[in-house]
Amino acid sequence: MTAPTYDLGKLHGGLRLPGHKLASTSAPIRDVPIPEQLVLPITQHVGDPAHPVVGIGERVLKGQLLAEPDGVLSAPVHASTSGEVVAIEPWPVSRRHGDNAPCIVIESDGDDRAIGRSEAASDLTTLQPEELLAQILQGGVVGLGGAVFPTAQKLMQARTGEMEYLILNGVECEPYISCDDMLMRERAAEILSGAQILMHALQIDACYVVVESDKLDALHHLGDAMGELGDDRLVLKQVPTIYPSGGEDQLVQLVTNREVPSGGLPSDVGCLVQNVGTAAAVHDWIVGHQPLISRVTTVAGDGIVNPMNVRARIGTTIADVVKFTGGYAEKPEHLILGGPLTGKFISTDRVPLVKATNSILVVFESSFEGRELACIRCGDCASVCPVQLLPQQLFWYACADNETKLREFGLTDCIECGCCDLVCPSHIPLTEDFRMAKGRIRELADEKARADRARRRFEARNERLDREKQDREAELSRQKESARKAGPAVIAEILKRKQEKSEDD
Amino acid sequence: MWTAVFTIALIALVAGLGLSFASRRLPSDASDLVEQVNELLPQTQCAQCGYPGCRPYANAIVDGSAGINLCPPGGDSTVQRLATLLGKDVIPLVEHVETSVAVIDETLCIGCVHCRNACPVDAIVGAQHFMHTIIESECTGCELCVAPCPVDCISMKALT
Amino acid sequence: MEFARRESPYWSARVAVPALMLQVLAALVPAAIAHVWFFGPGFFFNLLVASIFAVGGEYLVMVLRKRPPEVALTDFSALVTAALLAFSLPSLTPWWVTATGTLFAIVVAKHLYGGLGFNIFNPAMAGYVVILIAFPMHLNLWIAPRIGDIDYQYLTILQTLKFTLTGILPDTLGFDAVSRATPLDVMKSGLNGMRTVSEIRTNPIMGDFGGRGWEWIGNFLAIGGFWLLIKKIIRWHIPVGVGIGLLLPAGIMYLVEPGTNPSPGFHLFSGAAILCAFFIATDPVSAATSTRGRLIFGFGMGFLIYCIRTWGSYADGVAFAVLIMNMAVPAIDYLTKPHIVGHSRRGGSP
Repeated sequence: MTAPTYDLGKLHGGLRLPGHKLASTSAPIRDVPIPEQLVLPITQHVGDPAHPVVGIGERVLKGQLLAEPDGVLSAPVHASTSGEVVAIEPWPVSRRHGDNAPCIVIESDGDDRAIGRSEAASDLTTLQPEELLAQILQGGVVGLGGAVFPTAQKLMQARTGEMEYLILNGVECEPYISCDDMLMRERAAEILSGAQILMHALQIDACYVVVESDKLDALHHLGDAMGELGDDRLVLKQVPTIYPSGGEDQLVQLVTNREVPSGGLPSDVGCLVQNVGTAAAVHDWIVGHQPLISRVTTVAGDGIVNPMNVRARIGTTIADVVKFTGGYAEKPEHLILGGPLTGKFISTDRVPLVKATNSILVVFESSFEGRELACIRCGDCASVCPVQLLPQQLFWYACADNETKLREFGLTDCIECGCCDLVCPSHIPLTEDFRMAKGRIRELADEKARADRARRRFEARNERLDREKQDREAELSRQKESARKAGPAVIAEILKRKQEKSEDD
Repeated sequence: MWTAVFTIALIALVAGLGLSFASRRLPSDASDLVEQVNELLPQTQCAQCGYPGCRPYANAIVDGSAGINLCPPGGDSTVQRLATLLGKDVIPLVEHVETSVAVIDETLCIGCVHCRNACPVDAIVGAQHFMHTIIESECTGCELCVAPCPVDCISMKALT
Repeated sequence: MEFARRESPYWSARVAVPALMLQVLAALVPAAIAHVWFFGPGFFFNLLVASIFAVGGEYLVMVLRKRPPEVALTDFSALVTAALLAFSLPSLTPWWVTATGTLFAIVVAKHLYGGLGFNIFNPAMAGYVVILIAFPMHLNLWIAPRIGDIDYQYLTILQTLKFTLTGILPDTLGFDAVSRATPLDVMKSGLNGMRTVSEIRTNPIMGDFGGRGWEWIGNFLAIGGFWLLIKKIIRWHIPVGVGIGLLLPAGIMYLVEPGTNPSPGFHLFSGAAILCAFFIATDPVSAATSTRGRLIFGFGMGFLIYCIRTWGSYADGVAFAVLIMNMAVPAIDYLTKPHIVGHSRRGGSP
């Protein structure tokens, strides 16, 4: 069953990149054994930090709630295995490039005993969508494509609008990363089941499962699973292998030919995008009663001896994961969590693998060369930008710190995909410059907001003082008026009383 | 050749007359410009520029009696933005100050309300004879409250 | 284990400026060989002089600007400027003429504006215009092509070298004996003399389209240009724009009145039209940046070339057309900003 490639929208720009995925997809996903110590950051999602509900010394079971969601945008954290909580302390984490954040440290007891669950509804049709959403929140499910946005809140936000399509993102366009590809090959049925749960939660009737056209195995397995399931709301779609078609807004444009408004969300145009890993995690929780405690991660790069895909418990340190795969090559220089174009550097491999870790990349410095020259205005950057920006102009204005022009030319719409960097013949670090410029714009916007508030308070104070002055004057003239009406005799009386009083003192 | 010279001179004359007519007769937005300049100023109302507030300073800038580099809380970015708005040259800022907020030492405060009345943005709360405190999020760092305090209990804390 | 910090992307860029410039030079080689074949070794000497002064001038200016000279010299853009200038000049050119043009191009038109990436005007064309105004007589010293059937005394290599170094022609030949009109000159003076196009084209210097010898150089320049297009060093928008801008009015006028208007083919293969379309107009620094902008830029240039050739007093209008369109680039860029995905199409942010 081949998937249709017709009926696609048009995406501007983008690049065909060498995939570097063969090495990591030549073997099935391997399970990393449970380490002796698991480090679970309290915040593994976008939004407010969770709140720990266990204490030091407490024995916990696999799947037990360790930290509950706290605030409007939050997600819980569950124990990845059974053991004892030995510490709740700062530990290097990937969210902060290796700087510290609070973590719950568990020493595993080797039994891996799961917490017993009360019989939650495994038959979806009995659950109302609102109940389903509340259930999903409790499972700790967050966006596993790397954005880690709490899935329940994303669904709740989408429910406020008219959703037409659920789009399952199996594109995985960035080089080296292949965890979704392997997941689609090995757990296609679970992914589709998760899709059905999501469709029920949002009352959506159409679902596109989108995969790159060179992922033949994944397409084959998904096609078979769809055939077995027989749900004709699910449609498999292929897209050409162009980076960055897997970006959320780009995928919506490609599949439905609708542009997500600047500053808006796909739900504004009736679409909800979920990573295939997230769909599988939803299935695991709702049907399998297993909260999010492990994920598939690609370990790759020239600095890794044996590239492969692994399934590791959340909280396993990167060092342990890499050791399991066979260790580092000689003298690697950079550790990156994520892909080569959008990933983030980490300064130490003591950081734990978290819900966001879709890929571990280890590379050498010597693979990057080139001295930065002046922009020669060749325009190649503009021809590859998926958002149709003019990076050469943005660069010009970023150097000039011109906030108005940066906004006008759409800097806030830049998705930091890195395409412009790759084609620049002058080797200008455009993505880095734009990140700094975005920070500067935010800073200036904050300053402006503060200045506006101060001005409003100043003007309000002036009004208050004016009002008080007017009230005083009105009061004074009223008293004068009443005194005049009362007549000279009363005034004389008052003056006499005043004189007596001062004589008394 | 003389035809050409005459034609060009005539065009220049007509264009020049047209421009001077436009600049004199068409409504000029001076008050609008003062508003725009005021929007760019940080609104600390601190009088460090020598004018009793940001709007008076904006007025002075627009009528040319003040330079654009007199506002320390605005920093270099404000000079830059004023220069862009008004088509003037960027000149160095007279003085650089770092952002700070005022802090009342509560062990010394006597509740005299002098500082509260001095604050241009009402960032100090406290009734007569009661403890005063500064709302840090609203304080602009203008330092106008420091001098009126009879017991010198207000100091400036730098914001890092 | 500890690791070093580095910002994304963690990937090498695929092209570099020096490589781009070398590709452009490589694409010019077939045309250079054709030029020497038809018009003698003078081109080679001009290229040498231009290169020496371009590189030397750039080195001096970078030292004066207190910047490291190797940053500018290793991007080979000075050599490209020198090559384009050498293609624009007659093969019999004294060294001081070439030197003046090259030094102006590199020092004034390029580095006084800020160096590579900051110049508004195409340096080679700016240098050419300076030569045109300062040494107009030398820009009339075009020689006849080597095609066997023209009654012409060709200079030997040594005589050419002597002229390049000293500006002195051999004793037996005067200036008028050596210089021959280019096909564009012949066409223009013929039309001014009220002769028809077909009469003018009986001149032995005329070939199938443009002038003999010149056509071949044009062919090789076009081959080099297509090579650059295939390798994606240049994009098609500017060459196509120039082509349409030149050929559209030429074609219309030729259809309307073929007696007094040369054919589009003549326009295309004469003068520096092909050189402009593929090599001069495509200089990325001084051209427009958006795709629509480039089409407009190219079209305007082609149109101006046609206008200057037909109604102006210069035989070939390429240099001025280029400089005028360079001036128009900021306006073109401002008016042709592409639609940003997610913004409303009716201008302004959503």
